[in-house]
Amino acid sequence: MGKILAKPEVCMGCHLCEIWCAVAHSKSKHIIKAFNYEDKKPEPRVRVEEKLPLTFALQCRHCNEPDCVSACISGALTKNPESGAIEHDAEKCVGCYSCVLTCPYGNIFIDHAHKKVIKCDLCAGMETMYCVSKCPNQALVYVED
Amino acid sequence: MGNYDYLIIGNSAGAVGCIEGLRSIDKTGSIWLVSEESNHVYSRALIPYYLAGKITIDKMFYRPAEFYDRAGVTLITGQKAEALDPEKQEVVLTGGERLGYGKLLLATGGKPIYPPIAGLDKQNIFSFHSFKDLLGIEKKLASARHAVVLGGGVIGLMAAEVLKKKGLKVSVVELGGRVLAPVIDETGSMLVEKTFKNAGVDIYLNNTIQEVHGEESVEGVTLRDGTNIPCDLLIVGVGVIPRVELAESSGIEINRGIVVNKKMQTSAPNVYACGDCASNFNFVTGQAQPLPLWPNAYTGGRIAAFNMAGIEREYTVGTSMNAMHFFDLNLINAGLNVTGETTGDFRVLQKLDANKDIYLKFVLNNKGVIQGYILIGQINRAGIFLNLMRKKIDVRSFEQELLSGDFGYANLPDELRWQLLREDVILGVV
Repeated sequence: MGKILAKPEVCMGCHLCEIWCAVAHSKSKHIIKAFNYEDKKPEPRVRVEEKLPLTFALQCRHCNEPDCVSACISGALTKNPESGAIEHDAEKCVGCYSCVLTCPYGNIFIDHAHKKVIKCDLCAGMETMYCVSKCPNQALVYVED
Repeated sequence: MGNYDYLIIGNSAGAVGCIEGLRSIDKTGSIWLVSEESNHVYSRALIPYYLAGKITIDKMFYRPAEFYDRAGVTLITGQKAEALDPEKQEVVLTGGERLGYGKLLLATGGKPIYPPIAGLDKQNIFSFHSFKDLLGIEKKLASARHAVVLGGGVIGLMAAEVLKKKGLKVSVVELGGRVLAPVIDETGSMLVEKTFKNAGVDIYLNNTIQEVHGEESVEGVTLRDGTNIPCDLLIVGVGVIPRVELAESSGIEINRGIVVNKKMQTSAPNVYACGDCASNFNFVTGQAQPLPLWPNAYTGGRIAAFNMAGIEREYTVGTSMNAMHFFDLNLINAGLNVTGETTGDFRVLQKLDANKDIYLKFVLNNKGVIQGYILIGQINRAGIFLNLMRKKIDVRSFEQELLSGDFGYANLPDELRWQLLREDVILGVV
C-alpha cells in the first residue's frame, strides 16, 4: 500500500488538514454543521507538529509491524491483510490506551468524550483523502508503493 | 497419534500472535492448538470493561468466531497438556492422546496468586483472571453489597474501580505501604490513592487478610491490624505467576518463568515459549524476567512464529509497560520504576501539578538515555517516549522539553527528527 508523506518545508502550519480531517469524520461531513451544530466537536486524526518556524503534519503510518495492533487488548486494532491499513473498530475499543502507550509516532489520539481512541483510516470509503486533497500547498501527498 | 508442523499449548494473546505470525509466512503448515479452557479465544484484560458494562459479552472475544477456521488451525479445547517429551517431540493430553510436533510453542500463561490465607476457597471469592471468574462475579453483582479486594496493584485496582462503579462499597487491602508500588513511584501512588479515596473506595495499606469469615460463603474478613470488614464478595487480585508445570516436568530450564532467548527458544530444541509463562528479555535491564503484559505476549508469540517457520527474528524491545486508568485518571509507565528507594547512577526529570493531578517523570542514565518514565494525567503521544527509549536516544540536548506536556517530533533536534522520520517525510523540495 501507499503512504501519506509530509513535506515539512512547504507546510505553512495552516492546520487545514486537521480541520478537514475532522469534518470528513464528522456526522454531517459538512464544515459548518460539523463545527456549529453537532453534539460533539469533530476531532482530527492528523496532527500538525509545530515548533515555529517548523511545521509538518503526521497521521498513522500504517506500520508493517504495528506496535498498536500487538498491544491492543480488545482486538479493535487490526492490520488489514489485503490493504495493509491499520483499522480501528470503535465498537470493540474499550479505551485501554495500550495503543497510545506503544505507537512510536504518537499518532493514535484519545477521544476523551467517548473514552476511546481515534486514528487515521486513510478516509476509507470516502471519495478523497481529505488531509491530502485539502492541503493548499501540497505539503501532504499520497505516494503509491 | 497425530503429527503436526506446529503445536501451540494455550489460547490467548501469545497463541494468536503466533498463529498470525505463522500464517503471514507459512500458509500451509499444519497448526494444532490445545486449550484447557473451552471458550473461544477471549481477552482476560477485558474483564473489568465487561463487568462495567462498557462492552457486551460478544466483545470479550479477541478475534472473530471464524478466526481459527480462516487460519486453518485445528483446535483441541477443554483438554490439558499433561506431559511433554522434547526428545520424541511429543505432547501427551489428559486422556493419553499423543500429539507429535515439528515446533512447539508453550503459551500456557499465568495463574492468579492466592496468598496462604485460610478460607480463600469459600464461595463468593474470585480471582480476576478467567471467563469463569467473570461469570461468577457477574452473577454476584446483583446482590453483593460490599466487596473486599485483596491487592492494590494493577489488577486489584481495576477490580476495585468497576465494583465501586457498580454501586458496591469497596475496600482494598494492600500488603505494601502504597498502591501500584511495582510500577510507579511514591508521588504517583499518592495521586492514585487520592483518586480512589475521592471516589469513596477505602484503602488499607500495610495490611492483609488474617482471617476469612463465613460458612460456605464469605461473610467478612479480619485484617492483620484487627479491623473487621463485613463483605459478601472477595476478589483476590494480587498478581499472576508463570504456569511452568508442563515445561518444568520435562526438564526445560526455568527461572521464575520458562527461560527463553531473544528468539523465544527454550532450553529444549524445537520448543518455544512466550507470554505470561515465560521469562522474557527486558531491553532496559538486559535481564530476563516475567513480563506478564498483553503486548509482550502477543509480540513474543509473533517473534516465536517467525523463528519456528525458519525466519530468524529477535524480540529485543520488550520491557515493563502499562497503560492504566482509574476513574478519570490516566496513567502510563514504562521501563525502570525508579523510586525513592532506588539506588543507581540515574538522573530524574519531573514535574508535578498536584491540583491538576498531572505528574510527569523521566529517568535518564549517565548517557542521557531514557530508562523509564511515569506519565499521569497527561498521556497523549506517550509512545514517542517508548520509541526514544527503545532506540537508546541521548535526550540531553532537549531533555527539559520532555516535560512540556505536548512533546512531539517537532521538539527533537533537526538531524535526529528527520532521521527518525526518514520514511515519513520528503525533504529537499525547496
